[in-house]
Amino acid sequence: MSHVIIDHVEKTFPGGKNAQPFTVFEDISLSVDAGEFVSLLGPSGCGKSTLLNIVAGLDTASEGSVSINNTQVTGPGADRGVVFQEAALMPWMNVKQNVEFALKKQHSKKEASARAEEYLKLVHLSRFLDSYPHELSGGMKQRVSIARALSMDPEVLLMDEPFGALDEQTRMMLHKEVQYIWEKTNKTILFVTHNIRESILLSDRIVLMGTRPGGIRKIFDVPLARPRDPSSEEFTALEHEIMSILEKEIEKVMREEMGDDFRSKKAGLLYNSNSNMGDHI
Amino acid sequence: MFPSPLGSVQQLYIGLFDTGILRVALFESLERIGIGFLLALLIGGLLGVLLGVSKLADETLGSLVIALQSVPSIVWLPIALILFQGGGGAILFVVVLGATWPMTMNMRMGMKNVQPILMRAAKTMGYSGSELVWRVMIPAAIPNVLTGARLAWAFGWRALMAAELIGRGGLGRTLMDARDFYNMDLVVSIMIIIAVIGLLVEYFIFSKIERRVLSRWGLSTAS
Repeated sequence: MSHVIIDHVEKTFPGGKNAQPFTVFEDISLSVDAGEFVSLLGPSGCGKSTLLNIVAGLDTASEGSVSINNTQVTGPGADRGVVFQEAALMPWMNVKQNVEFALKKQHSKKEASARAEEYLKLVHLSRFLDSYPHELSGGMKQRVSIARALSMDPEVLLMDEPFGALDEQTRMMLHKEVQYIWEKTNKTILFVTHNIRESILLSDRIVLMGTRPGGIRKIFDVPLARPRDPSSEEFTALEHEIMSILEKEIEKVMREEMGDDFRSKKAGLLYNSNSNMGDHI
Repeated sequence: MFPSPLGSVQQLYIGLFDTGILRVALFESLERIGIGFLLALLIGGLLGVLLGVSKLADETLGSLVIALQSVPSIVWLPIALILFQGGGGAILFVVVLGATWPMTMNMRMGMKNVQPILMRAAKTMGYSGSELVWRVMIPAAIPNVLTGARLAWAFGWRALMAAELIGRGGLGRTLMDARDFYNMDLVVSIMIIIAVIGLLVEYFIFSKIERRVLSRWGLSTAS
């Protein structure tokens, strides 16, 4: 049973006075099953976050449509919980109030309070109900954000590079936490990342996106048993396979950004040599 | 004729506790600034929200507010005196006019500077339209509201003193009367009162509220 259906979606930014219309991606079709964990992986500028925003209803598709459980997406709604790269917590509310804020629309005050506590317990933050966001670490904020999204009991959890701004240890911890939550709640998760390892570690399927023209390059199934070991042979083999395709895409982006400055990998090495010593001080 | 420190303190005591002229004048001034300040918060707040939310309002009324802000409110007094037939309303009008614009501009600024990510997050939770304004934009603008209130008070207090020098009643008028009698000790004692009021309001109201708001909003590290 397909749960999230992305049907021939295209995103084009209309050209202005001095700008050409710009197509980020076109003809993207993807269906995600209920309870599936799918990663969108790609170089910056491939539109993976834009695609997620379209599913979230925060952005509109130029062509095509997205439907969740056979209901077409027309705008943002509580059936899709979103976790952003920044935790996006309201600074004037404490942790519990932040989660309750998401629940006020659908639940009574009492229910909201109970649910908020329940989901904060799920992310192991029961001790911090009364703390304010600025008193929390980056990882804790992101956990509040996850609890907030989950507490609405959405059909789909959309995560937009949720751990991109965190340090390595925190990220590893949160990977475990996300797996635990996913297994416990059985949510459908759409996860945007540019980290290959992260995507292999977590997902059932990896959708590799490319740029110019933007679109899906390849879809990888990840048949590895959980919990996954990043040092296992199958893991690294898949990592290499994905990297070989992704490298070409990244090179394309670099070539575009740098123009004539980008010649070859050799040139890249040269630029990093002694002639640049003392730069960036 | 030149004011002496001892004489000023003496006049202060007599005015406040003996004859009571300073007490009466003080309460009159406080009443005016109190009402004027609250009116300015209300009008400026609403206007600021309007300018922050509506692009049309911002592009039309916005520049008008900036123009009005650059007119010292005391120059409205002649018109206000005719408009209100010389009553206390004219002074109140000038106070409100002086205090409203800084409040408006700061409220507007606060509404405009809400982090877009907070708005987007709230939208994904099912909030839209006016709910976004009440639940996200206005709370997020509170630190700016505080700055606006502080400026509104300062502008209002100055406008009041200036208006009272020309108009009637309050500390300003009493100060002019004292000058007419060449009672410079009284003049200085009134100046002391004006300064002390400013000090008290700053220490006991604004900085207290500010400390709480800033720490709650995570804008200061002071605990």
